[in-house]
Amino acid sequence: MNVKALMRRTCAMLLAGLARGVTGVRPIWQGSSPSDRQRIYFANHCSHGDFILLSSSLPPRERERTRAVAGADYWKRNKLRHILAKDLLNTVLVDRNWIERSDDPMVIMLDALADGSSLIVFPEGTRNMTEEPLLRFRSGLYNLAVARPDVELIPCWIENMSRVLPKGAFLPVPLLCRVVFGTPVVLEPDEDRKDFLSRARQSLLDLSPEQQKVLNHG
Amino acid sequence: MAETVWLFLGLLGVLTLASAIATMLTWKSRRTTDVLPSTLVNLNSRIKAWWIMIGGISVAFLFGKQGVILLFAFVSFASLREYVTLTHTRRGDHRILIGMFLIIIPIQYYLLWIEWYGLYSIFVPVYCFLAMPALTAISGDTERFLERVSEQQWGIMLSVYCISHVPALLTLPIPGFEGKGLLLIAFLIATVQGSDVLQYVFGKLFGKRKVAPKISPSKTWEGLIGGIISASLLGASLVWLTPFTVVEAGLMAGLACVMGFFGGLVASAIKRDRGVKDWGHMIEGHGGMLDRADSLIFAAPVFFHIVRYFWTI
Repeated sequence: MNVKALMRRTCAMLLAGLARGVTGVRPIWQGSSPSDRQRIYFANHCSHGDFILLSSSLPPRERERTRAVAGADYWKRNKLRHILAKDLLNTVLVDRNWIERSDDPMVIMLDALADGSSLIVFPEGTRNMTEEPLLRFRSGLYNLAVARPDVELIPCWIENMSRVLPKGAFLPVPLLCRVVFGTPVVLEPDEDRKDFLSRARQSLLDLSPEQQKVLNHG
Repeated sequence: MAETVWLFLGLLGVLTLASAIATMLTWKSRRTTDVLPSTLVNLNSRIKAWWIMIGGISVAFLFGKQGVILLFAFVSFASLREYVTLTHTRRGDHRILIGMFLIIIPIQYYLLWIEWYGLYSIFVPVYCFLAMPALTAISGDTERFLERVSEQQWGIMLSVYCISHVPALLTLPIPGFEGKGLLLIAFLIATVQGSDVLQYVFGKLFGKRKVAPKISPSKTWEGLIGGIISASLLGASLVWLTPFTVVEAGLMAGLACVMGFFGGLVASAIKRDRGVKDWGHMIEGHGGMLDRADSLIFAAPVFFHIVRYFWTI
């Protein structure tokens, strides 16, 4: 094993330990169970801690091959961030800027999938700072579903992380967090982009505590 | 200390007996059915958790004052985390919330460490009580202000201030009882937790009339009265851990039991209000830290001040 891989593994273990210590995070496998199948985990996004929390909830073997997709514009803004994202966190960096981008984000994500990695994506495209529980989905998730029908799409609701580490905050408040894993979303034949995206969004929203209360009490 | 050895041998005996009974029940049930009844599953995990909790407390006791203070600082941390998770917080509260964990808990337990009674008894109810709403006001967000501030105050009072009165027993100068504060803590924990178990047992066996049916279906008059009487007897039998006489030990245990009952009742009311069954999942079979500590929260400060008033110089 080379030095970089060792550093990565140590970093991942430390972060998972930290996430557990601060938030006591528990995975709730509600509609799916941990498996060796290659997967794309798509989740709500409110905080930088989101992908750490999500990957900490995965079993160690799956965690090791799961990479988060993150915005290159943010993570390449200075050298330290870039090293952190590329070498330590092993993220898949994609350009969110539609006009000036050089590399096609789809190509980069499909390359990562072709390497056998599972991915964590945040289809809202950015951290949600509104009072809305979930923003509209960008189309990347649909394109991935079309290109790789063999990869399972798992909705993951991350609970409370926006209170633990809100945007702009440096220190986390220790609060209990959960990650709820839902039933895989499968692209129907002839389903168009808009329908698929709104169905995927709804499947994620259904996992949120407010929505679960409504579902449980009729 | 010979008393400590006897105490832990006694606990070991009780736990072993409980485990043996549970194993026997499980074995008997396995013969007739493949699926264990949920009460039995819960009983098994509860007993397992008791082994771990008693183990943890024993290790803390081995390290003496420092160990006990660190243990209860951790109990405060875990309780406060469960509590704040269920409250309404806003973006503007972030700094106050961090301060509750990173500043108030360490200061309160440091003051205990240096045994500064004059400050640790008023630090939370005077200084934090006033500073927290002031800082919240400075942050400028007035939305549901009173509700947010009150919830923070309650959290700090219950999870930090009240719980810290358990290790605070170590700081009491009781004539003829010097250096034995740990035993008094053991007495308090044993009677309060014991009365929880006894109330549960009496409630299951004889429970009919509910004390507060809207809040908790499992709290009955039969359980409460049976629990108080048996916990008082338990307390009297543990008199050798205390500076009390036999009758006093029984009365103190009875009082701790009544306070513990109110603690559990209030905790149930809060949980019901928030629509949850347990505070968390930290302790298997029991729920969260607060599910185990709620009775101690109410019992500890009252126990502390009565001992301080009647037994110290």
